[in-house]
Amino acid sequence: MNELFTLPVLLGVLYSGVRLATPYLYAALGEMFAQRSGVVNLGVDGIMLMGAFTAFFIVTNTGSLALGMLGAMLIGLLMGLLMSFVSVNLRAVQGISGIGLYLFGLGLSSLLFKRLLGSTKAIDGFQAIPIPFLSDLPYVGDVFFKHNALVYVAFALVPVAAFVLNRTTLGLKIRAAGMKPEAADSLGVSVAGVRYFCVCLGGVMAGVAGASLSIGLINLFQENMTSGLGFIAVALVYFGGWTPVGVMVGALLFSMVNAFQLWVQVKDILPSSYRDFVVMLPYVLTIVALVFGRRARQPTALSKPFSRGEN
Amino acid sequence: MVFPKTPMAQLPTGRDRIEELRMVGITKRFPGVLANDRVDFDVRAGEIHALLGENGAGKSTLMRQLCGLYKPDADEIHLNGALRHFNSPADSIHAGIGMIHQHFMLVPALTVAENVALGLSSSRGPLLDLDRVSKRIDELGKRYSLKVQPDAQVWQLSVGEQQRVEILKALYRGAALLALDEPTAVLTPQEVGELFKVLRQMAADGHALIFISHKLHEIIDVSQRVTVMRDGRVVSTHPTAGSTRAQLASEMVGRPVILEYEKKPYAPPVVGEAPRLEVDDLWVRGDRGRDALRGVSLEVHAGEILGIAGVSGNGQRELAEALTGLRPVAKGHVRVNGRDLTHASPLQRIAAGQSAIPEERMKDGVVKDFSVAENLILQDHGHAPFSRGGFMDPTAITRESAALVKGFNVKTPTLDTPTKNLSGGNIQKLILARELSRKPAVLICAQPSRGVDIGATEYIHQRLLEQRERGMATLLISEDLDELLALSDRIGVMYEGRLMAVMDRAEATLARLGLLMAGVSS
Repeated sequence: MNELFTLPVLLGVLYSGVRLATPYLYAALGEMFAQRSGVVNLGVDGIMLMGAFTAFFIVTNTGSLALGMLGAMLIGLLMGLLMSFVSVNLRAVQGISGIGLYLFGLGLSSLLFKRLLGSTKAIDGFQAIPIPFLSDLPYVGDVFFKHNALVYVAFALVPVAAFVLNRTTLGLKIRAAGMKPEAADSLGVSVAGVRYFCVCLGGVMAGVAGASLSIGLINLFQENMTSGLGFIAVALVYFGGWTPVGVMVGALLFSMVNAFQLWVQVKDILPSSYRDFVVMLPYVLTIVALVFGRRARQPTALSKPFSRGEN
Repeated sequence: MVFPKTPMAQLPTGRDRIEELRMVGITKRFPGVLANDRVDFDVRAGEIHALLGENGAGKSTLMRQLCGLYKPDADEIHLNGALRHFNSPADSIHAGIGMIHQHFMLVPALTVAENVALGLSSSRGPLLDLDRVSKRIDELGKRYSLKVQPDAQVWQLSVGEQQRVEILKALYRGAALLALDEPTAVLTPQEVGELFKVLRQMAADGHALIFISHKLHEIIDVSQRVTVMRDGRVVSTHPTAGSTRAQLASEMVGRPVILEYEKKPYAPPVVGEAPRLEVDDLWVRGDRGRDALRGVSLEVHAGEILGIAGVSGNGQRELAEALTGLRPVAKGHVRVNGRDLTHASPLQRIAAGQSAIPEERMKDGVVKDFSVAENLILQDHGHAPFSRGGFMDPTAITRESAALVKGFNVKTPTLDTPTKNLSGGNIQKLILARELSRKPAVLICAQPSRGVDIGATEYIHQRLLEQRERGMATLLISEDLDELLALSDRIGVMYEGRLMAVMDRAEATLARLGLLMAGVSS
């Protein structure tokens, strides 16, 4: 038990925590945009799986990480378009259609994997880039500044997302579309356009989130390799009160817990009877997050389809 | 900012005037309804043109076509002589038309400046320029006496202030023509006066204004011309000067209308007689967890109507809900006929002789997909004669509900018609039939004539007065001051969860009520 609380273990957990926050961040920031515009996309996990597979497949065949990333973004965009069409044009119940999108992504990525690759072989993913000087700092350098580019970009997107949302005309339209679409519409804002944009952006980000697993962190593809990470990302949006910083805090909290449980498993520190409980931690935390999520800040038109003149 | 003496063609905002807007032969059909039938309407720069009609007469539909929310089936809209088509709100805004909707089109969680800037291009490209927007809002506010704080969040503002934001929003976009849909519905009499001052000034500056209302004295007060609509058609258009309320009312309804009821004089309660309804220091929480009622005490005696006035959102809804068992009471007491019913369920209250006409009749008054007959026995279905041993008796149900439909003049094709297919007035009469046929001792009655046509309103009012003579104690909560003044024996005013004052009807003047509604107690 005491082995758990040594400095190397602590640093290891913190390092992995920052690293593992990456897929949560991409997926949850993207989902946050979709939800701020009024659309809940529960299909994030399915998009992530398709993004993960696409990126891995392309990198396996071409060796190009850039092409792999581009492919994941493209597939995310296409699935985002599908979700937008279903929820904006067809006005479907978003919870149900999102689950459909998830199952579609889950099934298709497994099928394609079996058909096109069959077995998995590790690839060379994104390599760590130590930041000069900063990475030499004691402890802090090890935890924060020895990651690959995908990790840095994910964290850099947090202030960017906050800026877009709060300081740009686009952000104002997004916020209005998610809170009172009829008001935005009466001022000539295209609610459908804004929602399409945000859901597609969320799709692209979910694609990147998937790729960050398969060609950035794990460098492998396995069937259902996200194991529900996309759903946790949706929960993080609630937990974070629909703000980028809140989402980041949540993502770090979850990934730290996740890193902790991975360490416990790998190092075989705890007796096995405790271990199962530790593995459950992230999921328990998801439920807690949803219960205590700051509902008051929820976009008021969340998951409500909009059509002109119906109110 | 200096506003120069403008040449005729320009407004003080620097935009071109709309000298004339003409809508010719506008027709709009919804499934089963001809909402606008060859409607002709026009408005000129410098005039306030009132559009009068009952709910469902087609006024809002006509305006929604003008502001691009609906596409007309047949249309011809001429602006300054040129034919125009408005396919979206953006088209209409671009043409200089501003619409103030009855339900404000504001985002409550955004600031005033953000609401104004929404959808406009910024002087800083993709970045917001809220500081410049705020400055311009201040300038416009000064010019038109529309004071607001640009950085206040809209949900913090009073209804009157929110309306100013709506008008500023339109002016900011260079509206030369402003259509206001029922703008006075939620205002205190003083606020109405201020709004009219603003409207008159805008007209004097060369704006064209459309004022939609069903309140006759306001139309006579503020407009130069009036167009009356009924059942989707224009009945007449004429100058307002010289029109009387009675004349406008009969044009609107299509027959002579009673504007003042014959009412037996109010007999103050006998000393020592216990009130039918007693409310003592009632505290109730609102939806947001804050105190919505803060120590309300009142008494209603047999044969008395106590009116409760107030601007929407000052605790009236919570009062009605608490008294009907739909909202928990935090503190205080409620007694009906001397029995403590503070925490009683709706069923216990009904058993104690209390009935209720709920504010949201489609939500709390009827099950809208149920038939007329089913809704009529909604509360009595569990006992004889409607059911025996758990089995419904269709013969008894049909017999009783047919009698109620006839007795209360509910216009419905059949007893099996889904209730949602009835007009607002007939649904209200149905609820009245169900609630009054029980001969209640106490009636909690909220907004009985909201969204109800004049004919049905008249009928409902007569029935309430009839029950008053029978000895029923009525708590009448209404935002319609005319209604309160016509029916009440005493009137109280609610402000921020408190009952400001209760006065005899004879002492209640519009001015006094208005001040109390704004929270001024002296």
